[in-house]
Formats: sequence, structure tokens, C-alpha cells
Amino acid sequence: MIEVKNIQKKFGDKVVIENVSAMMKPGQCNLIIGASGSGKTVLMKCMVGLLTPDQGEICYQGESYFSMSQEQRTSIRKEIGMLFQGSALFDSLTVEQNIMFPLDMFTTDSDSQKLKRVNEVLERVNLKDVNRKFPAELSGGMKKRVALARAVVLNPKYLFCDEPNSGLDPQTSLVIDKLIKDLTVEFNITTVVNTHDMNSVMETGDYILYMYQGKKEWEGTRKDIIFSKNQLLNDFIFASEFLKDAKDMRMLEETGKMPNVRNMDELTRP
Amino acid sequence: MGLLSDIGRFLLMLKGMFKRPEKASMYWKELMHQCVEIGIGSLGIVAIISVFIGAVSTIQTAYQLVSPLVPLTTIAQIVRDTVILEFAPTLVCIVLAGVAGSRIASELGNMRVSEQIDALEIMGINTKTYLILPKIAAAMLMIPLLVMIAMALGIWGGRLAGTAAGIISPNIFDKGLAADFLPYNVFFALVKGYVFSFIISSVPAYYGYYVRGGALEIGRASTKAVVVSCVLILFADYILSALLL
Repeated sequence: MIEVKNIQKKFGDKVVIENVSAMMKPGQCNLIIGASGSGKTVLMKCMVGLLTPDQGEICYQGESYFSMSQEQRTSIRKEIGMLFQGSALFDSLTVEQNIMFPLDMFTTDSDSQKLKRVNEVLERVNLKDVNRKFPAELSGGMKKRVALARAVVLNPKYLFCDEPNSGLDPQTSLVIDKLIKDLTVEFNITTVVNTHDMNSVMETGDYILYMYQGKKEWEGTRKDIIFSKNQLLNDFIFASEFLKDAKDMRMLEETGKMPNVRNMDELTRP
Repeated sequence: MGLLSDIGRFLLMLKGMFKRPEKASMYWKELMHQCVEIGIGSLGIVAIISVFIGAVSTIQTAYQLVSPLVPLTTIAQIVRDTVILEFAPTLVCIVLAGVAGSRIASELGNMRVSEQIDALEIMGINTKTYLILPKIAAAMLMIPLLVMIAMALGIWGGRLAGTAAGIISPNIFDKGLAADFLPYNVFFALVKGYVFSFIISSVPAYYGYYVRGGALEIGRASTKAVVVSCVLILFADYILSALLL
């Protein structure tokens, strides 16, 4: 579990995050959403310790990260996996070497054990025959999947994903979302996802934190979003007419005034 | 103020490098990789420059020593001392500042802007120790070796050019090489090699590690790293000459 307590972060005189608090639980996808410049990435960087907040605390399992010794911080970081917006794969290493890197650094496993684990996670993210390829030879979606494989290769307790769908087509985005969701549930990971993608919000968001101009504007579940009266949230999430219609339909489904078409599809599928 | 802040951050970067490695074998692997990149990767250009510098030194020295009273062995002595004292350590290191220095700055800069350094930090790896220390250590191991090779090749180039141009026979050149040879000069050249190799590796590492922005900033950081390294090499050359000669 990760607790964010009254975090404040300034760059010069500009307050980027102001008194943000949240509780991120294990086994669920915790989403941070908001417009560009609303402080999502800064909040995530504070959470993983890449930035130090000016005020407030980030607690991992009840222990304040910034009050820990360097050794404790290092051991917490070994339990963190992170999927970066640009994948952040090591250019000079092959896919296999990229995924094996954390194993090489932090385990004493034999080469064959490490290779077995690499192949397991590659299979888990639905990638085959890419072991010897370099990141430059992969598509954007494949890079994200390799980065996800690297992030989970050490079985992290915490998974952070910074805009996992940026630059991906809708179909690949769905694959990435599903992978993140499945891994979160399967390994009971506390997953924090920073996203703009409304599809991700509605499909994977177990807990959603909406940031507006550095402040926490709203929090709740994806079901709560449908019924939320918060104007800023509604303007952000249901920006287009199409999405407004989709919201109305989802509201009718949730209140039982209209049958859930997606569930019926599931039921009638041969 | 900017200069003081840069110096302070540079010193903090150096201090931050000396942390216990997470796994010694991985650091050893990285050190060997950097030794190959810096040492073997620069060998070709060092060899070419050294041979030609030695050759030009012989021809130009012979051109200026027109008096029949000056023995021909003097040409070899001048070429030897010039190559050992100045050309091999200083000129080669200035070239290496361009070759290896810009590579270090752009490699680290690219890793910074593409969040690879952040990825390593998140894994719990001390990036200063893992990325910078092996580069500095490899430079300090390999560059003095390259300086030694440059000395040998420079003198050989001078001998070859002297013979080819009919200025000085190989026997007389060899005789001149052995005359009044001071081993201290080699020691002095190696001291310069060590100091310059630290500059060549640490200054570009600093500019690359702390780069902010995108591709344009990486290019700027790389250029700045080379310029600052060259100026510091020349400054250190003057200080070392004043102190040790």
C-alpha cells in the first residue's frame, strides 16, 4: 500500500503540487489523471523518489520513504517496477539483455534460470522471437511490452506506469491496459498509472485521482465518474460529444434502465 | 555564480560516485566495456595522429637545423623529447577529448533525456557509481597506455619520415634517440596522461549526466564538454609543466 500525505512540490516560486493526499491499495489499478501540466508526472516522480517533495510524506507499507535510510530506500526501490512514457529501454542492449539486467544486478541466479525467467515474462507480455532484437528494431507497442516485462521481472510489489498508452494506437493501448490490469490482479501489485487515455480510465481505473492545476480535484472509482457532478472532471473526461453520449449510455446501464450490451455479448458468445 | 555552482555540482557528482557497488561483477563488466570503448575505440585515430606528428616533427626540425655544426643526431633528440613531453600526452589527449569525451557526454545525455538513468535509479542502482565511475576508471587505465603507444609510434613515424626523405639514416636516428635520454620525461608524460584522462572523462560525464532537454541540448552539452575539456587540458598542461619541469 502506498500513502501520499499532503504532498507539496515547488519549482522556484511555481507550486506544481499542492497538498495532495491519496491512498493506493494493492491489487488494484490506481490512476492519476489530469490535463497536461496538472502535476501528474511530478507527483509520480515524488512517489518513486526521483523528486523530493518540499512538504508531506510518501509512505510505503506505513513507512515514510523520505525518512528512511539510504539502504532502506534502495531496498524499497528494488520492489518497484516502472514503465516509462518513452519505455526507457537501454539502447545498447538487446531485449533479452534489457530484461535480464535487473536479474543480473540483484539476483544470484544461474544464467539458465535468468533466461528462463526472461522468457516467462516475455511470454506473459505476449512477445515471441524478439530476444535478440535491439529496441530500435521494435515498434512502439513492442517497446512498451518489453519495458513492462523488465518492470515486472523481479516480481515488484509496486508498479508505476507513466502514460503507458502515449503514442500507441487504440488496439495496442487496450493490450497494454489489459496486461497492466492482469499483472496487477495476478501478483497483487500496487499499480499506479498516470494517464490521459479515457479508455484506460474507464476500463482499468479501480481508484482514480483527478488532478487539476496541481491540486486533487476529485477521487473515486470508475463507476463514481459516471455519476460525478464535478464539472471540471466531466469537462476533462467527457470532452467530446461522443464521450458525453457514451457517459449517458453507461449511466443508463449502471442504473439498470438499459441492458448492458457488453455483458450480453459475453453471455451470447458461443 | 554559474561557474561556482558547476564546480560544486561537479564535486558532488564525484563524491556521489564512491558508493558500494550493488554487484561487483556487473561493475567489472561495465569497466571492461568502457576500457574497450575508450581504449580500443580510440586506438586507430591515436596511431594515425602519432605517426604523422612524429613524421612532421622530423621534417620540420631538419628544415630549421641548417648549421653544419649541429650533428644530425640532434634531430632525433628534438623529435624524441617533443613527442614524449608534449605531442604524445597533450595533443593526443586533446584529440581524445573530442573522440572519447564527446562520446561520453552524448551517451550519458541520451540516457538522461530518454529516462534510462531514471530507470536505473528506480531499480535501486546508484547511477553515478554505475555509469560514471567505470568511465573515469577506464579512461585513467587506458589513456596513459594510449599515450605510451603514441610516444612509440610518434618516434617511429619520425624515424620513418627521416629515412624516407633522406634527411637522417636510421642508424644515426637511433643513436640520437639514445643520447641524453631522461626517463623522467616519460614519467612526466605519464603524469600528464593521468591528469588529462581524468579531465577527458569526468568533465564530459558531468555535462552529459546533468543535461536537460532534448537532442539539441545533448549536442550542446557534448560540444561544451569538449571545449571545456580542451581548455582544462591546456591549463593543466601549463600548471604541470611549471610544477614538474
